[in-house]
Amino acid sequence: MTQSKISVKNLNMYYGDFHALKNVNLEVEANQVTALIGPSGCGKSTFLRVLNRMNDLIEGVKVEGSVLLDGCDIYRPEEDVVNLRKRIGMVFQRPNPFPMSVYDNIAYGPRIHGIKDKRKLDEIVEKSLRAAVIWDEVQDRLYKSAIGLSGGQQQRICIARLLAVEPEVLLMDEPTSALDPLATMKIEELIQALKKEYTIIIVTHNMQQAARVSDVTAFFLTGDLLEYGKTDTIFTKPTDKRTEDYITGRFG
Amino acid sequence: MRTRTTFDQALKELQQDILKMGFCVEEAIAKAVESLTKQDMILAQSVIDGDALIDIQEMQIEDKCMKLIATQSPLAKDLRRIAAGLMIIIDLERIADLASDIAKSARRIGDQPLIKPLIDIPRMAELAQKMVGEALDAYVREDPKLAEAMAAEDELVDNLHNQVLRELLLLMMVDPSVVDQAIALLFTNRHLERIADHATNIGERVVYLATGERKELN
Repeated sequence: MTQSKISVKNLNMYYGDFHALKNVNLEVEANQVTALIGPSGCGKSTFLRVLNRMNDLIEGVKVEGSVLLDGCDIYRPEEDVVNLRKRIGMVFQRPNPFPMSVYDNIAYGPRIHGIKDKRKLDEIVEKSLRAAVIWDEVQDRLYKSAIGLSGGQQQRICIARLLAVEPEVLLMDEPTSALDPLATMKIEELIQALKKEYTIIIVTHNMQQAARVSDVTAFFLTGDLLEYGKTDTIFTKPTDKRTEDYITGRFG
Repeated sequence: MRTRTTFDQALKELQQDILKMGFCVEEAIAKAVESLTKQDMILAQSVIDGDALIDIQEMQIEDKCMKLIATQSPLAKDLRRIAAGLMIIIDLERIADLASDIAKSARRIGDQPLIKPLIDIPRMAELAQKMVGEALDAYVREDPKLAEAMAAEDELVDNLHNQVLRELLLLMMVDPSVVDQAIALLFTNRHLERIADHATNIGERVVYLATGERKELN
């Protein structure tokens, strides 16, 4: 048996008294797209944030259980969180490029990680922008502000910015919820292309999107991971009645 | 709170439409065989003419299914309901074609004296029609057990089919002058056997709709 890229074991998370994730067990395979679905407040975004310790700074958060990345617990005390977030990057709902040039957005991460050589940076910037399928659209305006780009372009800049630090896992929290259908399709195509190199976990409220882009789907409800399986099975023949009710829009 | 009321209503309508088409198809089988046994040319013609209406029903239902897929993004059982509907109407349409072909055989035989009393063919027709009715019942109830019980009856139809086949072969061997009519009856025999097979197909769709599993019934 091959080792999972991420292995979550008996994970419990609390916001103060609130039990936000209840004994979640999940294996995420490398080079697959895993979709997390469920109604608002079910814990799917919380779960995503657990995976790169984004909840660390929130007051009163307690995490129990283990999250193994390549077999190594990311919650062990000596874990370097900056390095962890380099390995596991995140894309958010609203594109959030830095208010600086396209070039500087992409070069930001590599610079922080100590790369100063201009030629090396040029190379990383071009490679990352190409990988995020945005190079053709911005190569003539690399030194202009990224803020002037469209929403869909900005989101791809944010993905390119992640790729520049050579992550292994990409976490995407509703990455297309603020985008129009065409920009959404571009991101979805990009996800398909990126999964050859990366492991991707995406939170989405759009069932069709989960069905289109993911290999595996996990359904969360009130902090429980209720059903987890191959996407084509979940969307044609879910096992749990609650999964069926949710994906067919008959919840409650 | 109830969600997707409009969609649920549309699915209900789809089911009713398929049921209506099914009733027309059942009626076509009964009338076709009656036109043969009673040598009623007017009845035969009405079955042949009625086939066009069933074709229209099929097209309208298909259209409805396509619109539901396009506008409602069905998933899980909703998706299986619509997919099963799309496939069931194909079987129903084929059954109607076969009924029409039986009526054409009746027209071909016309008022010439029958070469044998028709006993097994009406029995087969009754069975085949019953199977279609039960398949539709299983569909409405989304009941895989009913569908399987219905499909088990296919064997009875197959047995009768073989019996009629042997009988007609014998008649043709004894008296070649009956060949023309015997062929018309052979086709009818074959058509009824096929109708039962299509009913079985509908049963398989019902099992898929209800359980998500594909299963050969018979």
